Amino acid sequence: MTSIMQSETQPQLTDASTALGVAIINSKAPFSSNAGKDALDVALLFGSFEQKVSLFFQGDGVYQLIANQDGSLLAIKDYLKTFSAFEFYDIEDVYVCQQSLIERQLSKTFHIDNVQVLTNKAFAVALSKHKHVLRF
Amino acid sequence: MAVVLTFEGSIVATDKQGYLLDHTLWHKELALVMAKQDDFELSDAHWEVINFVRQFYLTYNTSPAIRALTKAMKAEFGEAKASSRYLYKLFPEGPAKQATKYAGLPKPARCI
Repeated sequence: MTSIMQSETQPQLTDASTALGVAIINSKAPFSSNAGKDALDVALLFGSFEQKVSLFFQGDGVYQLIANQDGSLLAIKDYLKTFSAFEFYDIEDVYVCQQSLIERQLSKTFHIDNVQVLTNKAFAVALSKHKHVLRF
Repeated sequence: MAVVLTFEGSIVATDKQGYLLDHTLWHKELALVMAKQDDFELSDAHWEVINFVRQFYLTYNTSPAIRALTKAMKAEFGEAKASSRYLYKLFPEGPAKQATKYAGLPKPARCI
């Protein structure tokens, strides 16, 4: 999947042809901690300032992509609903670790579109293309 | 000084800047009272944005910052109404900030 990002037209100190901006790894289940919400806030912040950001889900983080969850039942703001607005923040690259799904017996049905399921190796390769990695 | 918002004789809870604490209490007449307090007149064009921002929040559970707002409006209303210039003309103090206020939503955390 390719896209024309405005950030690519801005001067970059690094090799702009390979560096892909910021990768955010989600490794925690939603609602059990603030990690997922914090990761989302950071992602939207980068998106708002036209910075390229990719999202990676692995370990218990894959639960954040599973449909039919509602944090408001726990009196927590259901931030997963915001995932559907990614297109307005130019967040187009969402990767999920296949191995993590298999270990948790989860199917590849997610509450947002355009999620790319990657093998361990492909996941690592995609991650390595980013200049910065933030883990939540 | 905290802004006190009163509607039909009762006080509606707001934060220090006049944003509603509970967005479910919002209705159109309340928006008119809020705007009047700010000496701000709401035209049909304003309402279009206010209603759009409110719908965005109800759908995505977040108030859109300006860039996301323009992108989303482009999809809905087309190019002409999707520039930050158009929105700033309507809401000189910041479209995301002002429209969310009259839409009864929390101030966007990622604000401009």
